[in-house]
Amino acid sequence: MRLDFNSEKPIYLQLAEAIEDDILKGIFEEESQVASTTELAVTLKINPATAGKGLNLLVDEGIVYKRRGVGMFVATGAKEMILQKRKESFFQTYILSLLEEAAKLGISVEEVTAMLERGRKK
Amino acid sequence: MSTIVFHGVSKAYGSTRALDNVNLTIEPGKIYGLLGRNGAGKTTLLNLLTNRLFPTDGEIRLDGQPVLENDAVLGRMFYMMEENLYPPRFTVKETFNWSKIFYPGFDMPYALELTKKFGLNVNKRVKELSTGYSSIFKAIIALASNAEVVIYDEPVLGLDANHRELFYRELIANYSTNPKTVIISTHLIEEVADVLEEAIIIKEGQIILKQPVEDLLARAYTVSGEASKVDSFAEGKKCAGVQTMGKFKSVTVLEELQNKDASLARELSLDIGKVELQKLFISLTNA
Repeated sequence: MRLDFNSEKPIYLQLAEAIEDDILKGIFEEESQVASTTELAVTLKINPATAGKGLNLLVDEGIVYKRRGVGMFVATGAKEMILQKRKESFFQTYILSLLEEAAKLGISVEEVTAMLERGRKK
Repeated sequence: MSTIVFHGVSKAYGSTRALDNVNLTIEPGKIYGLLGRNGAGKTTLLNLLTNRLFPTDGEIRLDGQPVLENDAVLGRMFYMMEENLYPPRFTVKETFNWSKIFYPGFDMPYALELTKKFGLNVNKRVKELSTGYSSIFKAIIALASNAEVVIYDEPVLGLDANHRELFYRELIANYSTNPKTVIISTHLIEEVADVLEEAIIIKEGQIILKQPVEDLLARAYTVSGEASKVDSFAEGKKCAGVQTMGKFKSVTVLEELQNKDASLARELSLDIGKVELQKLFISLTNA
């Protein structure tokens, strides 16, 4: 797990995304334990409150859940939830801004589609 | 719990006011960074908090109890001073035994474990320690003190990169398992920035800022690009820390980035970037 301390994103968000990435990659399997707040804070040299905030974000979304006295676990279906969420944000961040920029440059949707096709062949 | 409150605290040396009417509340259970330039009053503030100095005006309380000459209250706080005031002829081990008397919660097994991790020989005399090991020795006593409030003044002075890393990790682990108030006074802002929950910035004896680091960084950004465009972007905004290089200009804007400003920056082909705590500190404390 790596955080980019130069990124504009707050660290707790980066941490939540990094854990999601690790779940997608299968490093943290569903129903297996994820690193604790302390482990995350010590390993990444960040404030435990920041680490806790990142983990809680995942708890709120139901990706990770707390087993009392044991620790944090990856929920069943977490992988699918993350994929859905990432698809939606892909649409928001890439597709919408792509279409906006295309409209500004007078590129039609057909041309964009053709460009996508061209890009795929590269 | 252990809430520290400074009520209108001043400290004067002749006509110089090292600390000027400081009102400050330090909430329990957080890691604070006390940041300030040389001579800003950091050490004076810590010396007053721990009764090494007496205020000219005002009062400091821990959970409502004045700290002045109050041993019961002072025993709840541990202060790792920048100078090494331990008896020079004592060995490291003897100093640990002695710490146990003043701080009954002192965790000897943990202290000894730390000496192994840092490679500190417990049979060495205090006067034989190098600058780096003198810092390590003091830091170990602070980590193992188990006090409710632990204050570090320049804890990593003279430590090599490996030992600095180890120190920060131990500090975080120790804080995580035994929540306490931690105050770190340091000039090495960059490496401590992500460890801190809140920053307290002191300038010329006054507290100019006390804020969660995350909020602080979210409420500022840098904008850079062609100088005239940066100027037109920055007009009417609260700015600090201007840097110019030929036709290139970079400015720190002390506001939250609004969507309309983000699009304006794009239109002007300017780059928006994150502010680092250290850069923000420099902008805020420059004369």
